[in-house]
Amino acid sequence: MALISADNRGLRLATRYAVLGLIAVIFVFPLVFMVMSSLKPDQQLLQDSGNLRAFLPVGDISLDNYTAAFQRAPVATFVFNSVLVTGVTVLLSLLICSAAGFAFVFVNWKGRGVLLSILLATLILPFETIAIPMLLMVAHLPWIGTEGITWGWLNSYHVQIIPFVADGLTVFLFVQYFKDLPGELIEAARVEGASWGQIYRRIVMPLSGPILATAAILKFLVMYNQYLWPLMVTQEEGYRPVMVGLQYFFQLNVAWGEVMAYLSMITVPVLAFYLYLQKAFIASIASTGVKG
Amino acid sequence: MASKFTVSNRTGWLMAGPAVLLIAGFVILPFFLAIGFSFTNQRLVSPNPTEFTGLANYRQLLGVTTLTLDPVRDEAGAVVMKDGEPEYPSLRSLTRNNPDRPDLAGMREWFSFSTGGDSRTYVLARDVVFMKAIVNTFIFVLVVAPVQAGLALGLALLINQRLRGINVFRAIYFMPVVVSIVVVSLLWRLIYDGQSGLLNNLLGTISFGLIPPVDWLGNPSTALGSIIAMSIWQAVGFHMVIWLSGLQTISPTLYEAAAIEGASKWQVFRYITWPGLRNTAVLILIVITMQAFGLFAQIDVMTNGGPLDSTQTIVFQAIERGYGKQDISGGSAISVILFVIVLSISLIQRWLTREKS
Repeated sequence: MALISADNRGLRLATRYAVLGLIAVIFVFPLVFMVMSSLKPDQQLLQDSGNLRAFLPVGDISLDNYTAAFQRAPVATFVFNSVLVTGVTVLLSLLICSAAGFAFVFVNWKGRGVLLSILLATLILPFETIAIPMLLMVAHLPWIGTEGITWGWLNSYHVQIIPFVADGLTVFLFVQYFKDLPGELIEAARVEGASWGQIYRRIVMPLSGPILATAAILKFLVMYNQYLWPLMVTQEEGYRPVMVGLQYFFQLNVAWGEVMAYLSMITVPVLAFYLYLQKAFIASIASTGVKG
Repeated sequence: MASKFTVSNRTGWLMAGPAVLLIAGFVILPFFLAIGFSFTNQRLVSPNPTEFTGLANYRQLLGVTTLTLDPVRDEAGAVVMKDGEPEYPSLRSLTRNNPDRPDLAGMREWFSFSTGGDSRTYVLARDVVFMKAIVNTFIFVLVVAPVQAGLALGLALLINQRLRGINVFRAIYFMPVVVSIVVVSLLWRLIYDGQSGLLNNLLGTISFGLIPPVDWLGNPSTALGSIIAMSIWQAVGFHMVIWLSGLQTISPTLYEAAAIEGASKWQVFRYITWPGLRNTAVLILIVITMQAFGLFAQIDVMTNGGPLDSTQTIVFQAIERGYGKQDISGGSAISVILFVIVLSISLIQRWLTREKS
């Protein structure tokens, strides 16, 4: 290494970028392929996958696949359902989990130590191990709606929302964040006679921007990409989210162009959102690792 | 800060209550229900009342036994050969309605091997598909955990250099993490396609046609491997970011000291970087292992457990039974088995990576 002279520096730099670029191609090519294929008729799509044209918008380019996808399945309904379920869950989760984190860190009450350890213990329970009994459970739960009391939660929005509002990880993230806030501030406010509600709203929440973003992004990714649970609990198409809606594109002959159009429609907005906020996305994933 | 001003039982319960209740109701309760159902014959919908059946579900799932058979001999005592191989008595005569061997009733051959001499040992399982699911899941975890963690570390080291535009590369490597695994699985189905798949075309082109096309997902010997490769592609960026945050906690003064001492790159990694990543490594290993045991969506979208059960997994079996066949008790028993496996492995990992004092 000591022999490397100034002349070699340019070459070394170029090699570095070449390696980084090659790896970038590996990560990005399926996504480019998806978007480009969505613009092509099926026959051309399959022909093009034999060469580099697969990654270029060339040939018979149109939005026909998108129109066809809308005709094949109630795409708008699926998107609406996903946005509704994801949005409501994220908001409720921020509210309920931040309140819990607040109570665990700032308020002294009987049972908080034990309860916090129990909540943390739930982190080792993979969702897959509770999905089946939960299916039976929600099939028998009561619900009070516009039709009075009904039994069974299957085929509804709340069956997709309520089980995911609170989780150990989100509470844990708030607890970790609140622990680093100056506790004296809260105590001083108490001495001044501020109520707990005021402290939560006026002092703690305004300081919690980063953790709210982190918790919201993590919840968003989990909820929007849900598959197993909505697959089991929504038999009626009116309540199905986008990922379950994919099944409509696999009846008999697979029309790959339409599949790619549908995949692009449900993926590209998320990718755009990610690229716009990528620092926050990456910071939120990173924060799950710190002090873990 | 346990001053009298911060004591309030009412506020504590009021604010933590909703989260505690929801987690109790939708995480802890279903977990105990799973344990409870696994000892019954509970179904999603059934006209008959549920009965307690003890360990029947577990016996059905995990029943394994061995059986050593001598080859069939003719009257002269010579081994009967068939297609160049010794012929063995039919297993069916033993496992179907054989009054002498009630313990073997309903069992099927899982695999067999010869045990010296002419005899052959058969391993019989009550549920061969579930056995295959367990083996496949372990293969998946044992490959994915080290490979994904290692590749993620490599990427993190690569990204952790001071270079103009490095954030662009970081953002690109992370991109697949944001995309749903269902979408990714569908995309890769077309990439892996046996006829016009991108992968076959690429391999054909770079080998000038020497590598024949492979039906990656339709071939029992390549299907699981293909799913492993794709899963790593999708998730490696996630763990890269966690490694990266670990790397950034290492004090720069250590690296400066190493540079002054003239340490080689490998020495720097071995004596500064790696010890500094210790806690991160433990966390990543446990997280990847837990995620890998949950393998389901890829299977459901790409192979449905096939071909020839070569991609059956524990969770896929749990869902197929609990949801597909509405056999809640069988699905619950599988869930409990999975939980016991995950718990034991994370305890073992913790023990192996404990701080040695």
